[in-house]
Amino acid sequence: MGPRVIELEDVCYSYGGDQLFAGISAKLPDGSFHFLTGPSGAGKTTLLKLCYGALRPTQGALKVFGTPFQSLDRDGVAKLRRRVGVVHQDVQFLDHLTVWDNVALPLTVSGRSVEAAERDITELLAWVGLTDRARGHPPELSGGERQRAALARAVIMSPDIILADEPTGNIDWDMSQRLLDLLSELNRMGKTIVIATHDMSLVRAAKAQVQSRVLRLVNGQLHQAGADL
Amino acid sequence: MIGGLWAPDAQADRVVPPSGANARLTLFASAVMAFLAVFSVALALAAARLADRWESEMAQSATLRIVAPAEQMDEQTALAMDLLRTTGGVDNARALSTAEQQALLAPWFGADLSLDALPVPQLIEIRTDADFDAAGLRLRLAGEVPGAVLDDHGRWRAPLIRAANRLRWLGWGTAGLILATVAAIVTLAANASLAANAQVIAVLRLVGATDTYIARAFVRRFTLRTLIGASGGAVLGGTAIAMISDRGENAGLLTGFGFQGLEWAMLFPLPLVTAAVALVATGLAADRALKGLS
Repeated sequence: MGPRVIELEDVCYSYGGDQLFAGISAKLPDGSFHFLTGPSGAGKTTLLKLCYGALRPTQGALKVFGTPFQSLDRDGVAKLRRRVGVVHQDVQFLDHLTVWDNVALPLTVSGRSVEAAERDITELLAWVGLTDRARGHPPELSGGERQRAALARAVIMSPDIILADEPTGNIDWDMSQRLLDLLSELNRMGKTIVIATHDMSLVRAAKAQVQSRVLRLVNGQLHQAGADL
Repeated sequence: MIGGLWAPDAQADRVVPPSGANARLTLFASAVMAFLAVFSVALALAAARLADRWESEMAQSATLRIVAPAEQMDEQTALAMDLLRTTGGVDNARALSTAEQQALLAPWFGADLSLDALPVPQLIEIRTDADFDAAGLRLRLAGEVPGAVLDDHGRWRAPLIRAANRLRWLGWGTAGLILATVAAIVTLAANASLAANAQVIAVLRLVGATDTYIARAFVRRFTLRTLIGASGGAVLGGTAIAMISDRGENAGLLTGFGFQGLEWAMLFPLPLVTAAVALVATGLAADRALKGLS
């Protein structure tokens, strides 16, 4: 395992007077594959948001690629986020743009040439099986197609970390398996993957494909559950 | 942040969804505001011209009124003319003819008035220069031409000039208020657009867009709309002014309302100033809104 790409040091997070996390610490090495599990409302989504800078810890330090988010201004967080691909359960797209344009969006906002990356986008859409949907618009996609389009968008910048929040929450088992295959492939390419899920069958299914570890979030504490689930 | 807002980026413009009604309203409002601003500027310029004309023309003239019994009128007039010829600061003095005095009184008494029937004073029109000393002349007249009364027009000229100057500032003030209104309208429209596009902003942030990039996408759109609307309004306003203005020699405040010569060039920066106001207003609104959406 390489250097730590995500480090949480005594991270606390309070919302509306309630303390959601009370001193979470964890170090996720480069190229690792983690499942973040726990009951509904345990704070899995919040923890992922802290990891990509959408939220800030109320106490403690959270470093991504060795950079503490607290030291960055809003634009600095945005630039760091380009190295982190995010896939949500309720995927959001810009509905007035085509699927192709949405997948290219991270390139557009970072000022990179979309024309130069045309081949990459084509290959990526083929990889997630959406070649024939490229010129369609997001509202025309099914749940599984939206998740795959979101994954394509998340990896177009070739990020080192991919955070997926309940990526299989709205799709059937076959499609979940397909998505897991894609994430496993990315992990084999050296990407660090963190999947927040309450679906333990997905965790078990991953065992056959990748060496994964499980982090359980219970009562504001993070526990290392190992790979033996 | 505002400094980097105008960097050209065609792709950035596409990330904000088109908003038909909002766009049309911004265009319309900025066109109307620019139209009104043209009139305010024209009013300010016309008032300034009038004030300058009154100030320069009337400051160079005075009137001497000879009030004397009919049998002494010619003698006193001649004495006064002799005195004026030897007075410093007097360029020219001329006694008005009977016909000229009759013409002056005609609006009140009719053209058939015979001045012989009325004890009308003799008027002497004096053209002066910068060295003219009204107080000194009054002292000399009091000693040598007791029936002469000097009017240097100052008593009624000063309030007129003050009024014209106030009108000028009113015109500029109104133009300033119009620009402030443009800022308010564009800010409201930008706020509405930012609020309506909260999900778009969330997606853009998720994929790594900086707030500067997001703000630029909105600001460029609103600034461009304001520029187009204000340009149309300025052209319409200028056309309307050209149609109603009277460029005659004796044009006054209302009849001389409009632009003259190089003043027409003031129409060109008006849309640019309006767009600059929109740029700053939208930039500040976007910055505030994006901080609120953190």
